[in-house]
Amino acid sequence: MPFTPLHAWKQRLDTGALTAVDVAKLYLERIARFNDRLNAFVHLDAEHVLAQAAASDTHRAKHGPRPLEGLPIAVKDIFCTQDGPTQCCSRILKGFHAPYDAHVITLLKQAGAVLVGKTNMDEFAMGSSNETSAFGPARNPWNEACTPGGSSGGSATAVAAALAPAALGTDTGGSIRQPAALTGTVGMKPTYGRVSRRGIIAFASSLDQAGPMAGCVRDAAMVAAAISGHDPMDATSVADAPAVDWLGACDTTDMQGLRIGRPKEYFVDGMHAGVQEAIDAALAQCERLGATIVDISLPHTEYAVAAYYVIAPSEASANLARYDGVRFGHRNTDPGDLFDLYTRSRDEGFGAEVKRRILTGTFALSSGYYDAYYKKAQQVRTLIRQDFLDAFGQVDVIATPTSPMPAFRLGEKTDDPLTMYLSDIFTIALNLAGLPGMSQPCGFADGLPVGLQWIAPAWREDVLLSAAAAFEAATDWHSRQPETYR
Amino acid sequence: MQIDVRKVANLARIRLTDDEASALGPQLNHILAYVDSLQQLDTRNVMPTAHPHDAAMPLRADIAANSNRREALQAPAPATDSGLYVVPKVIE
Repeated sequence: MPFTPLHAWKQRLDTGALTAVDVAKLYLERIARFNDRLNAFVHLDAEHVLAQAAASDTHRAKHGPRPLEGLPIAVKDIFCTQDGPTQCCSRILKGFHAPYDAHVITLLKQAGAVLVGKTNMDEFAMGSSNETSAFGPARNPWNEACTPGGSSGGSATAVAAALAPAALGTDTGGSIRQPAALTGTVGMKPTYGRVSRRGIIAFASSLDQAGPMAGCVRDAAMVAAAISGHDPMDATSVADAPAVDWLGACDTTDMQGLRIGRPKEYFVDGMHAGVQEAIDAALAQCERLGATIVDISLPHTEYAVAAYYVIAPSEASANLARYDGVRFGHRNTDPGDLFDLYTRSRDEGFGAEVKRRILTGTFALSSGYYDAYYKKAQQVRTLIRQDFLDAFGQVDVIATPTSPMPAFRLGEKTDDPLTMYLSDIFTIALNLAGLPGMSQPCGFADGLPVGLQWIAPAWREDVLLSAAAAFEAATDWHSRQPETYR
Repeated sequence: MQIDVRKVANLARIRLTDDEASALGPQLNHILAYVDSLQQLDTRNVMPTAHPHDAAMPLRADIAANSNRREALQAPAPATDSGLYVVPKVIE
């Protein structure tokens, strides 16, 4: 029952077999039972969840169902919500209550969704293991000694352990897709500009994008459909974005005529052998479904992580300048003067990884270094974009592993920041290019889930969904559940 | 290239304890050495990408709107007085 997909819950609610309150109660019980072990949620107001569910049942009775009527959706702690705290899992935002809802939160409410709690994440979404969270790491339901990945680790854990049927995450360099891969769930990063960024606490403005995390492809599409669309209040939200038939794309059951690019740079020495095997088997399955696998090259791939770790920290250093102890957030209690107020509030409020990124970015933007670092990285970004444009002249979609390894152990990569950065080696390039990407479960390595990543041309989320839906229809990886949480 | 951590922290308005500064120095230089691989690429005549779709900045319609929510927006502030943010004295 708890692993019921979102679309099946919708059906049961629509036929009147049960109410939104019934569904909410079921998940609240699961959270009460398992969250101490998994640390997926950092805030939960059960009464408020039940009140939303009851209001949804009333709305259904009076006006009929909206697209997500009564469906519980967990929300990453990065989305501003008027209800409850929004803390971005940082000490500097401890106790912060947002004065407005993020646009996507408004859209979910308008679609009838029941918003469940705030999920754990790396502080300000800076991390790949959820270990930089001020609330401690979320744990992977497949092995609690392992990380669920990050930064949207709490959302991934919540879906993987069926503490919620779907969740919202954000993805700046892989923060939806990598945790989806490590927890055996489905995660999609839409095309940059598809989803409004207003009210989502900014990390790197030219890369950040919100997206769904769910148990199957159709569920991800349902949430994506609800949160997409132009927002005139976000200058980076694209007004004339081509529309997508989100749900129609999920009806695809074969890959006849589909040309899938297999970029040689994503099949590297040092990749976990079990991951390699699972991906090879997945691509063989795609061929059986009618696809043609085409060997391609994305020649500037090896520079993506370096370009990202200039661009993202640079933008972060500017975005996080607003945390100054004056307008919101933590404030040092005994400052000598204004400068002291700024520097001590920020020292006390930010964790080590956030400081590293702010300092890296401040350096890259500082006088005398801007051209050598930030501008150079933006030029390399152009080359990476061009790689993809060239590749999509030959193929419809690109398939790669989402992560070079399955879930790693908590503490395994915390000593050396660079080792952690390199765990995102396969997810970062498409953020730089603004492209849509998706991870879906495609096998296991060492008993832990492996993710298959799809990359499509800009605005072609339907291509991602079609390919992923066809793969899902032919396999049962998405319906595997971690034993402890069945 | 070596980062002067104290100088950069000052620019970023972050006070660092001595322990933090001595840990961050080598880490930042390690990261910097890695991103220096970008210098191997010839990027002469390559335009920088700031927005992934080269989209132009959109303009909204010039319609007046009243969005004064000062009280709500100041509610999260640590210290306010008469609608102003309170900070330590800056003028002697």
